[in-house]
Amino acid sequence: MERETGAREGLKGWLNPSKIGKFGIERLAWLLMRLTGLGLLAYFIGHIYETSHILDGKAVWDKSLEMTQTTEGHLFLALVIGMCVFHTGNGIRLMIAQMGYGVGKAERPDYPYKPQSINMKGKACIYATLGMAALAMWYGMAVMFA
Amino acid sequence: MATIHPKLSDELSQTVVSSTKSVKIKIKRSNPNVNSEQKFDEFVVPIEKWTTVLDVLLDVKSHLDHSVGVRYSCRQASCGSCGMKINGKPGLACFTKISELDSDTVTVEPMDNYPVVRDLAVNMDRMINNHKKVMPYVIREDSEIDAESGIREFLQSPENVDKYIQFSSCIKCGLCNSACPTMAMDKTFVGPQALAQAYRYIADDRDKGKNKRLKVIDESHGIWRCHFAGSCSQVCPKGVDPAMGIQLLRGYLLGIRD
Ligand code: HEM
Ligand code: SF4
Ligand code: FES
Repeated sequence: MERETGAREGLKGWLNPSKIGKFGIERLAWLLMRLTGLGLLAYFIGHIYETSHILDGKAVWDKSLEMTQTTEGHLFLALVIGMCVFHTGNGIRLMIAQMGYGVGKAERPDYPYKPQSINMKGKACIYATLGMAALAMWYGMAVMFA
Repeated sequence: MATIHPKLSDELSQTVVSSTKSVKIKIKRSNPNVNSEQKFDEFVVPIEKWTTVLDVLLDVKSHLDHSVGVRYSCRQASCGSCGMKINGKPGLACFTKISELDSDTVTVEPMDNYPVVRDLAVNMDRMINNHKKVMPYVIREDSEIDAESGIREFLQSPENVDKYIQFSSCIKCGLCNSACPTMAMDKTFVGPQALAQAYRYIADDRDKGKNKRLKVIDESHGIWRCHFAGSCSQVCPKGVDPAMGIQLLRGYLLGIRD
């Protein structure tokens, strides 16, 4: 019998909320990045489809615009705003970090080891991005529900 | 003739008498070679302030159930054998004290993202293979021992040692690979352990094999699959900080950092 050498935890390894408790805010940012990326992609495709109605004349266009003029529509758009802001802000943090900036400098480690790549600058960026996303959603809702 | 070693029964009575506290340990049991059954067995074991999770497991093995499958060797965070999930988070059993877990019940499970051999022991072949794949040694055309030139060793300055020494602390325990969310979905991902080792040798100025090594990791299941969740660095018991190594290595690959 051939020995199995690979195994994976599967989607549970991504979505299980206890992972975020155990691995910190960076893990939450990682998960939200994926979810907002996919959410935005879905929105983008839907958006192209919706705006393509402009080719079908004014009546159809106006009708399709009405879809987001409801309470659910407003909440949905607020979510899109939040996803946009978080994904962009966190994306900028990741691009900088993934070029090797702000992740610390290699040195002789001393016990108790504290990973430098998991640092206050990164955490502050994540919290600020979450805050900005919340603010943008709040502002968006204030405008839409006014 | 006096015996040098205390009798086992003496040791046992000592452990029990001096303990006032105990812990309930829940051990995940399975033997995939026999059947797919998985269950938790519970044991109550006396503990001291200094008792480690491994001590508890060995206590269970000695006195309560000999059949518990656990891999260990050095008992001092050096060999990398005793990685397991302790209360849901990957850690070394020998390097985790019960007292620091702050709970009356401790649950131990085999590490995620590795096939289980039996109970707490997992198969680490893939990680070791990936480790070998990144060529974890100084690559040179010339020899260290060259009678003609008189070279006896490749010299290295203390400043240059500082650039990689942290990554050379890796004990191949595999905790990082089990914490990594990419590993949770992609069995063929090269993984934080191997990527940190790739960086260790690339940052070494004696090494002349950078391009060979980069070719191994610059592919579709290589370094670009890292999305910097940082979980590897959260669990590494040796201060390797694989996530840092990976991001520095990316900067190097992109030509932004040296
Ligand atoms: C200025 C705006 C944006 C920035 C700065 C940005 C940045 C990024 C970055 C850096 C990543 C990689 C994250 C990682 O390494 O984990 C990413 C992933 C992704 N992005 Fe964006 N993005 C933006 C807009 C968008 C838009 C508009 C969409 C959808 C149409 C989108 C869809 C995705 C998807 C599906 C992923 C993959 C998810 C992941 O890897 O976690 N992004 N983005
Ligand atoms: S990098 Fe750290 S967690 Fe990963 S195998 Fe090496 S010592 Fe273990
Ligand atoms: S027994 Fe060697 S690392 Fe734990």
